[in-house]
Amino acid sequence: MTQNFPALALILLFPAIGVLFNLFYGGRAGRGAVNFAGPAVIVLAFAVAVSAFVALLRMPPGAALTCPLWPWIAAGPFRVDLGLRFDALSAVMTLVVTGVGALIHIYSAGYMAEDDDYARYFTYLNLFALSMLVLVLADNLLQMFIGWEGVGLCSYLLIAFWFDNPQYAYNGRKAFIVNRIGDLGFLLGILTLAGALARHNVWTLDFVALREHAALLAPVATLAALLLFFGATGKSAQIPLYVWLPDAMVGPTPVSALIHAATMVTAGVYMIARLNFLYLMAPEAMEVVATVGVVTAFFAATIAIVQADIKRVLAYSTISQIGYMMLGVGVGAFSAGVFHLMTHAFFKGLLFLCSGSVIHALHGEQDMNKMGGLRRKLPITFATMLIATLAISAIPPFAGFFSKDQILDAAFGSGHVWLWLLGVVTAGLTSFYMFRLIFMTFYGDSRVEPERERHLHESPRVMTAPLIALAVLSVVGGLVGLPKGLFWGNAFGRFLAPIVNHPLAGVAAAPVLEVEAGAASVLLGVVSLSAALLGILMAWLLYRRNPGLTDRLAARLAALHGLLWRKYYIDEIYDVLVSRPLFWISAVLLNRGVDRGVIDAMVDGTGLTVEEGGEAVSKAESGNVQLYAFVYLLGALAIVAYYVYRVMR
Amino acid sequence: MGGFWLTGLIFVPALGALGVLLQGDDDSVWRSAFIYSLIPLAISLYLFAIFDPAQASYQFVERYAWIPEFGISYHLGMDGISLFLVILTTLLISLSILYSGGGDIEMRPREFCFMMLVLETGLLGALLAVDLFLFYVFWEVMLVPMYLLIGIWGHGRKIYATFKFVLFTMLGSLLMLVAILYLAGAARAQLGHLTFDLPDLYRVSLPPTESRWLFAGFALAFAIKVPMWPVHTWLPDAHTEAPTGGSVMLAGIMLKMGTYGFVRFAIPLFPAVAIEAAPLFLALAVIGIVYGALVAMAQPNLKRLVAYSSVSHLGFVMLGIFAFDPQGLQGAIYQMLNHGVSTGALFLLVGMIYVRRHTFDISEFGGLWKSVPIYAAVFMVVMLSSIGLPGLNGFVGEFLILLGTFLHSERAAWIAVTGVVLGALYMMWTYERVMWGPITKSINATLKDMTAREIAVIAPLIALMLFMGLYPRPLLDRMEPSVDLLLNRVAAAQVRLDRQQISTVAALDLQARSGRIQ
Repeated sequence: MTQNFPALALILLFPAIGVLFNLFYGGRAGRGAVNFAGPAVIVLAFAVAVSAFVALLRMPPGAALTCPLWPWIAAGPFRVDLGLRFDALSAVMTLVVTGVGALIHIYSAGYMAEDDDYARYFTYLNLFALSMLVLVLADNLLQMFIGWEGVGLCSYLLIAFWFDNPQYAYNGRKAFIVNRIGDLGFLLGILTLAGALARHNVWTLDFVALREHAALLAPVATLAALLLFFGATGKSAQIPLYVWLPDAMVGPTPVSALIHAATMVTAGVYMIARLNFLYLMAPEAMEVVATVGVVTAFFAATIAIVQADIKRVLAYSTISQIGYMMLGVGVGAFSAGVFHLMTHAFFKGLLFLCSGSVIHALHGEQDMNKMGGLRRKLPITFATMLIATLAISAIPPFAGFFSKDQILDAAFGSGHVWLWLLGVVTAGLTSFYMFRLIFMTFYGDSRVEPERERHLHESPRVMTAPLIALAVLSVVGGLVGLPKGLFWGNAFGRFLAPIVNHPLAGVAAAPVLEVEAGAASVLLGVVSLSAALLGILMAWLLYRRNPGLTDRLAARLAALHGLLWRKYYIDEIYDVLVSRPLFWISAVLLNRGVDRGVIDAMVDGTGLTVEEGGEAVSKAESGNVQLYAFVYLLGALAIVAYYVYRVMR
Repeated sequence: MGGFWLTGLIFVPALGALGVLLQGDDDSVWRSAFIYSLIPLAISLYLFAIFDPAQASYQFVERYAWIPEFGISYHLGMDGISLFLVILTTLLISLSILYSGGGDIEMRPREFCFMMLVLETGLLGALLAVDLFLFYVFWEVMLVPMYLLIGIWGHGRKIYATFKFVLFTMLGSLLMLVAILYLAGAARAQLGHLTFDLPDLYRVSLPPTESRWLFAGFALAFAIKVPMWPVHTWLPDAHTEAPTGGSVMLAGIMLKMGTYGFVRFAIPLFPAVAIEAAPLFLALAVIGIVYGALVAMAQPNLKRLVAYSSVSHLGFVMLGIFAFDPQGLQGAIYQMLNHGVSTGALFLLVGMIYVRRHTFDISEFGGLWKSVPIYAAVFMVVMLSSIGLPGLNGFVGEFLILLGTFLHSERAAWIAVTGVVLGALYMMWTYERVMWGPITKSINATLKDMTAREIAVIAPLIALMLFMGLYPRPLLDRMEPSVDLLLNRVAAAQVRLDRQQISTVAALDLQARSGRIQ
C-alpha cells in the first residue's frame, strides 16, 4: 500500500534552502544568521520526517509514502523519473540523518565559533544533508546514485575544508578518488541490472519494479551484487577501499561525527538492505559481504588498539563497526544490520562529538599522549563519552549491546561459526581500545601542555546539549530491539520486516533469518559480553593498573607494534602498486613516449608542419616519403587498435 | 513550415560581420558584435520554442536550386539532432564575444569580431545544410576564420599550431571532397541525375568495396575533427595557442562537427559499412577515453590539460554513437552539448586566469581560493560538471552512453567506465594544485576576483549545467524521433547484412551438400 505524501519534498526543500541561503547570503547575513539558519533547516526537515513517520505508523505494515518529483532521464524505452519513497527502511534512515544531523549542526555552531568560514561550512553541511536525504529517499537506483556521489562530494569538500594545508587538500581528494573507484563498481552494478532487464524488454531502475522483476535479475544477481558491494566498500570504508577514512579525520570534528561516522559511511549498509532481494538471490555474494565485513571489523580493531590520535582511534573503530553491520546484512539479518547502523549513529556520533569537545578544550590537541586526567575538567564530556563507550563496548543495557548481539546471534544462527568467533574476538578488542581511549584521555595524571592547560574549559552549552541528547539515545536507543519475549521484543525488527524480510515469490533465494533471539542465544550473549568485559579488564590492567607495562609490551613486540602502528603498511603498498605505476604510465609512457615520442614525432617528421618561425619549410621537399610513412603508420595504429578490440571481445 | 528562419540564422552573423567593420571605436565594435550575435541566439531559442518535438524529419526546411547543372541545391533543415547544437553555437559565440571584449582581446578587436561572426556563419551553415556540397562549402568556410583566430590572436607557438591544425584538417577534408564527388557521380549512374542532396543520396546503393572507401573518406575527415585517437595531436597545440574565444568555439562546437558528421553523413549514408567498422571505432573510442585522461594528467599546462580532457570526453561521444542504440546515441548527442557547456566554461575560466597572470602553468598557481573565492567556487562547479557528477549535466550523457554501450558491448563499457575515475583524478589533482594549499607566489595573493562581466559570461553556463543535469527531458524528448529515424536506417542495414550472411551460409551449406552428393 502506498500513499501520496507531497510533504516528503519538504524534507529535501529545507536543506536546499539552507544551501542557497548560506551560499549566497551567508557572508552578508553574518555569523548569527548562519548559525541559526544552518541547523534550523535540518530541524525543520526532522520535523517533517517525524510527521511522515507518524503517518507511516498509522498505515499497515509494509506501506510506504511516496512523492513523485519530475521526469528525469529517458532514451528509447529506458526511463527513470525522480521520486521519493518513505517506507520503514527509509524512515529509519531519514530520522537518523535529520535527527542526529540536526544535533550535529547545532553542535557545529559552537565548534566553528572561531572559524571565519562559517558560511562555507554550513553551505557544505546543508548540502551534505540534502545529498544524504536524496540517497535514502530515492525510489530508484539511479537517483540513489545522485545522493551517493553527492555525499562523496560533500565529504571531499569538508575533509579539505581547511584547504590551505596541502595535506588536508590531498586527503580530501584521496577520499573522493577512492570513493570513485568504488563507484565504478556501483555504476557497473547499475548497468548490469539495467542490461539484464533490457534483455527482457524491461526498462527500469525503480526499486519496486526491480523487486517485481527479480526473477529476470537472477542470472546476473551475483555479479551485480558484488559490483554494488564494491561500491559499498568505498563509501562504507571496508577492505579494500577503507584507506580514505582514517585520513578523512583532518576535517572539522562535527563533520567526522556526521559524515564519517553516523550517516554517510553507513550508506553501503543501507544500499544492501534496500536491495535485499537482489542479495538474497546471490548467496555467494552475501558470503563475501559477511566475510569482508567481519574481517574488516577485526582488522581495523587491531589497528585501533595502538593509535595515539584520538580521532584516528575512532576512525578505525568506525571502520570496524561498519564491518559488523556488513556481517549482519551479509548473513541475511538485514534489520539487525540496520539496527546497529542506527545505534552506531547515536554512540559513534556522540564519541566524535565528545572527542571534538576534548580537542576544542585543548585548542586542537589530538594526541592522547598529551591528554590525561581530563574527567574533572570536562565533566559533561567525560560522562557522555563514558556512556558512548559503554554503548560501543556492548555492555547492557546500553544501545550497542542489543544491536551487536543481534548481529552475532544471526551470524552464529546462520552457521557462520568462524565469522561469529571473529566477531566475538573483535568485541573484546573494541572494548579494549575504547577503554584505553577513556583511560588515556580522562584518567591518570594530566600530560597536557601547560600552555593549553591554562585555557582548559568545558565546552559551551550549544555543544554539550547535543552531547547529552545523544547520550540519552545511546542509553535507550537499543530498547526498540529487545530480545524476543522480553517486554515488546524486537519491535525494530518487526517494523522493518515487511521491507527486508519479505519473501520473494517464485525466486530461488537464501532463507531470510528471523532475528528473534531465543534461549540458546542467551549463552551466545554471555560469551560476547564476557569478551567485552575481558577487553575492559585488559585496558584497565594495562593503562590504569600498570601504566608502564604498555611500553614494555610494545618494546617486546616491536615488530607487531610497528606493523599495527604503521597500519599494516597498506597505504605504502597501494602507493607502490597503484599510484606510482599509474603516474608512470601517464607521464612517461603515454605523454612522453607515445604522444610526443611516436605520434607527434611522425607528424613533425612528415615535414608538413613547419617549425616555429617558418624556417623549416625546406623540410617539405623531403616530406613526400615521410607523408606516406605517416599515413602507413596511422593505418598500423588503427589495426593495432582493432586487434585490441578483437582480443577484448 | 517555410519561412527564412534558417537562412536568417546563418546569414545574420555574416551581415553582422560586415556591420562590425563599419563601426568606429573599439567599444562600439564590441557592443555591435555582441548585439549581432544575440540575434541568431534569439532566433535559435525561438525555433526551439516552435520546434515540433514529435517530428523526426527536417523542420523549417528551405530548398532552392543553386547550381542546377550539377544538382547542387541550397537545402537547409533542422532536426532534433542539429537543433541543440545550433543553440549551443549561438550561445557560445555570444558568450565568447562578451568575454573577449572584457580585456582578453586588445589587438584588432574589429577583425576579431569579424572572424568570430564569420565563423558562426560557417558553423551554423554546416549544421543546417542538407545538401552535401553546401555542407562542404560551410565546412571549409569555418576553417578559415579559425585558422586566422589562432594565427593572429594566439600565443606561444601559434604558427606551428595553425599549420598543424590546417594540415590535419585539410588532409581529411580533401579525402572527404573526393568521396562526396564520387558519391554524386554514383548517384547520376543510378538515379539518372547528379545530386548532392542528402535524402537522394540515401537511395544510392553501392557495392560494398566502394562503400567502404567512401565511408573511409568521410570517416577520416570527421575522425580528425573529433579528434579520435591517434589523429588527435593537432588539438592540444591548437587549443593551447588559440585565444580564449577561439578555444571556446573550437572545443565547444568545432569538435562536434566531427561527431555530428558521423551522425549526419557517414553513418546514414553507409550504414552497412558503419556496422562493420563499429568494433574499430568502439576500440578507438575507449582507447581515446583512457588515453586522453592519462595524458591529460601529465600536462603541466592548464589549457593543454583541458584539451586532452576533450580527447577523453569526445571518446565517450564516439562510443555512444557506435553503440547504435537509442540510449547510446541520445547520450552521445547529449554529451556533445555537455562538452560544449562544460569545456567551453573551462576554457573561459582558464582564459580569465591567463588575463590576470599571463601563464597557463599549473605550478605558477596554488592557493587561489584565498584570493579569488568566487572564481574558485565557479571553477569547482564547472569541474564537477566536467567529471560527470550526478545531478549535473555531464552525468546524464555519460550514463546514457555507458548504458547504450553496455547493451551493445559489455567489455567496451567496462573499459570506458574507468574514464570516470581518471577524469576525476586529473581534474581534482589540478584543482588542488591551483586553488588549494598555501599561496606560494606572492603575486597570486592580490589577484582580482571575477568581474561582473565575467560572472555574466559564466552564469548562463552554470545554469545550463544544473538544468541539463536535473531536467534533461525537454532536450532528450526532442532528440528522440530524429535519433530513432537514424537508427531505423542502421537497423535496416543490419537486417540486410544478416540476410546476406544467412544466404551466404546457406549457399556454402548447399555447396557442401552437393559436394557430398557428387
